[in-house]
Amino acid sequence: MKLDSHVPEGPIADKWDNHKFDVKLVNPANKRKFHVLVVGSGLAGASAAATLGELGYQVTMLTFHDSPRRAHSIAAQGGINAAKNYRNDGDSVQRLFYDTVKGGDFRAREANVYRLAQVSVNIIDQCVAQGVPFAREYGGLLDNRSFGGAQVSRTFYARGQTGQQLLLGAYQALARQVHLGNVDLHTRTEMLDLVVKDGRACGVVARHLITGQVKSFAGHAVVLATGGYGNVFYLSTNAMASNVTAAWRAHKRGALMANPCFTQIHPTCIPASDDFQSKLTLMSESLRNDGRIWVPESGTDTRSPDQIPESERDYYLERRYPTFGNLVPRDVASRASKREVDEGRGVGPIKNGVYLDFGEAINRLGRHTMEERYDNLFQMYERITGDDPYKVPMRIYPAVHYTMGGLWVDYNLMSNVAGLYVLGEANFSDHGANRLGASALMQGLADGYFVLPATINDYLAPLLGSPAVGTDDPAFKAAESNVADQTNRMLSVKGTKSVDHFHRELGKIMWNDCGMARSAETLDNALSAIPALRDEFWTDVKILGDGESFNQSLEKAGRVADFLEFGELLVRDARDREESCGGHFRVEHQTEDGEALRDDDNFAYAAAWEWKGVGEQPEVHKEPLTFDNVHLAQRSYK
Amino acid sequence: MDLTLRVWRQAGPDSPGRFETYAMPGVSEDMSFLELFDVLNEQLLADNEEPVAFDHDCREGICGSCAMMIDGRAHGPEKGTATCQLHLRKLKNGSVITVEPWRSAGFPIIKDLAVDRSAFDRIVESGGFITAPTGAARDANEILVPKEASDAAMDAAACIGCGACVAACPNSAAQLFTAAKYSHLSLLPQGQPERYTRVVAMVEEMEKYFGSCTNHGECEQACPKEISIDFIAMLNRDFVKAQFKNTRLSGQRA
Repeated sequence: MKLDSHVPEGPIADKWDNHKFDVKLVNPANKRKFHVLVVGSGLAGASAAATLGELGYQVTMLTFHDSPRRAHSIAAQGGINAAKNYRNDGDSVQRLFYDTVKGGDFRAREANVYRLAQVSVNIIDQCVAQGVPFAREYGGLLDNRSFGGAQVSRTFYARGQTGQQLLLGAYQALARQVHLGNVDLHTRTEMLDLVVKDGRACGVVARHLITGQVKSFAGHAVVLATGGYGNVFYLSTNAMASNVTAAWRAHKRGALMANPCFTQIHPTCIPASDDFQSKLTLMSESLRNDGRIWVPESGTDTRSPDQIPESERDYYLERRYPTFGNLVPRDVASRASKREVDEGRGVGPIKNGVYLDFGEAINRLGRHTMEERYDNLFQMYERITGDDPYKVPMRIYPAVHYTMGGLWVDYNLMSNVAGLYVLGEANFSDHGANRLGASALMQGLADGYFVLPATINDYLAPLLGSPAVGTDDPAFKAAESNVADQTNRMLSVKGTKSVDHFHRELGKIMWNDCGMARSAETLDNALSAIPALRDEFWTDVKILGDGESFNQSLEKAGRVADFLEFGELLVRDARDREESCGGHFRVEHQTEDGEALRDDDNFAYAAAWEWKGVGEQPEVHKEPLTFDNVHLAQRSYK
Repeated sequence: MDLTLRVWRQAGPDSPGRFETYAMPGVSEDMSFLELFDVLNEQLLADNEEPVAFDHDCREGICGSCAMMIDGRAHGPEKGTATCQLHLRKLKNGSVITVEPWRSAGFPIIKDLAVDRSAFDRIVESGGFITAPTGAARDANEILVPKEASDAAMDAAACIGCGACVAACPNSAAQLFTAAKYSHLSLLPQGQPERYTRVVAMVEEMEKYFGSCTNHGECEQACPKEISIDFIAMLNRDFVKAQFKNTRLSGQRA
């Protein structure tokens, strides 16, 4: 299989404009003859469905949530980047492009990233027009803050709830289209299979989570905006229901999964406290604007943090990376924290954290300013830990947060399966091996508001006059019985262990063997442990109730079953990639001072995996990544 | 610590419901209230009893999924806190805790503690938006928004759509939810052109599902985002004004 990224010719700054001119269009009266299915209602899905509805397409939106507004984009805290240069600090499209390619450790596709930087400015305009209440200066202009991996202030924010406000903006636009009848909304409806006929995606099969009814949806194109797979690690900052299922089922129908080993560990999360812990909570990266990270110089120091004098504290990020200091990118900050804790200088009752200290900022700016900037985060921290960060430093530690890998897409955001588009975190294209803070929201909305609505017409236009494949087609019937079979198979195991048990065990394997540091040895270990756990799942999982009612254990079982297959692919990808880059750190490949050591001669490619069956060796297809506009270099944040 | 849970169990919308009592000995005070239910559900599974159904997702107090009536209070005893962010250290050791679903005809029960809150989506669909089709926007900084107005809009926009306001209201009114969404948009310059059509549409849709507001103020007390009932005053005032406002004249400057 040859992977064609369909990147347009010409200088990078002109590619997107030229492409928009070159693609085929669908005239306004013909748009209503096309039916598009959108799966997922987060930033990418909601913005895509709303925009396609506005354009005149018939849209069907499926979400497993009870309302589109609950999608996990809602939890993004810190902000959204845009190359507006409102601060007059030297920002530009070129600089955002450069920062993103470099931040991604040179494993993203240049053309996609440049386009992302270009449309970033339109996103802010669009969101403001919708009424997103971004933070303002006293004169009424928009305010900005800084984020990791950048030396300019280009992040727009709405207190600590930027994701919420952006999602509500997209959700409201979607709601308007639902009301107008342009979008047909199906909530509590979980996609469980993709239907492909004659090489084209023509629909999905979904299960209604309340009634258990299995139902087919047909369309001329299918758009997956179903988020990332961080929950393969069990403990992550993802919401409890975030999963890989829609993407994985599409993968099993032929869509290639690219760079699954590129996972992001976020440096500032609240450390785990015990076995009952169900998830980890992020403390926004924006806190690193004013918080200083440190550990006691001595690992045996048991004094409370306020009793440790400045001279006996090690502000290790400021010491090791004087230029970027506490605002180094996430992968760099996470590994640095891991090193301190591994070497015995961790803090807290089980010595599994580092301090994030606001004392200096509170003295400098006053409590009031800090409240304005961070109060909701400080309150959240206090509720979870019982400690008041206005008085004592936060304790933080890295946790799985975002996944850069995902289904392979071309420049049009279409996967290798014709008519199957993948947006947002679910695709692989823009962040390389490490995502910069405040760039996920940017990508989700870029894909949904601006990229897909400009590219999908190129696929649809030649289909004018051909009706969508009907849901009575044998391809749909086969997918329906596939879904019903899996449900029955899970219910009929009647074993002894809960779904959560298997999820937790998988998470331990993934985190210990394929987490912040990976080696051939640990990865080989995971490659034998995961199939064994998967076999155990299929012989010993216990699910009560039936498939014809609201059954949350059954829902979760399907998602964990997919994680048990997907996890193996993730590890295999990590094993294959004999280099370190961004969030993928192979201990065999590091510089003298412990930084990630890339191997551009052998690994400057995206690894796109083809499914060959459960337990079978998947086949890898390589898309070479070329860097014509950003000079390949060892990343340095010193 | 040791707790006892009395939990409302109901197999489906039309099935009779009942309280079941579960002993929860030796649980950690660092646990969140939903993690307590995770532990309970593992226990139930081991005893071959169906787990308790409850909606939850982000567990960070922002998605608005979780919804438990804890000892008669929506989201429990801690002010400004959603159920998922309530930790057991805030509860008394040895206490018996009654947990029910949201109680409102506007939120039909699905199963156990899970209810159907789609009426909220209908209210937003009826008018809770600013018409701004993608691509038509001018430069973001061309719209000046006074900081105070922006902050007030954000105070309202913080609503997570959980429905605690309805659950806490003796009339099952959704005034605080509707007012929060309405005020967020109508406090901003971008929201002015549709202000009066919005208020009428949203209030009329709201009244299809929910009771009337009689200013008890329970909603504000229960709101996990502590949204002020001042926004209800704005909603009501604008709804009255909309009855005799000649919107054909609204393009004039004051």
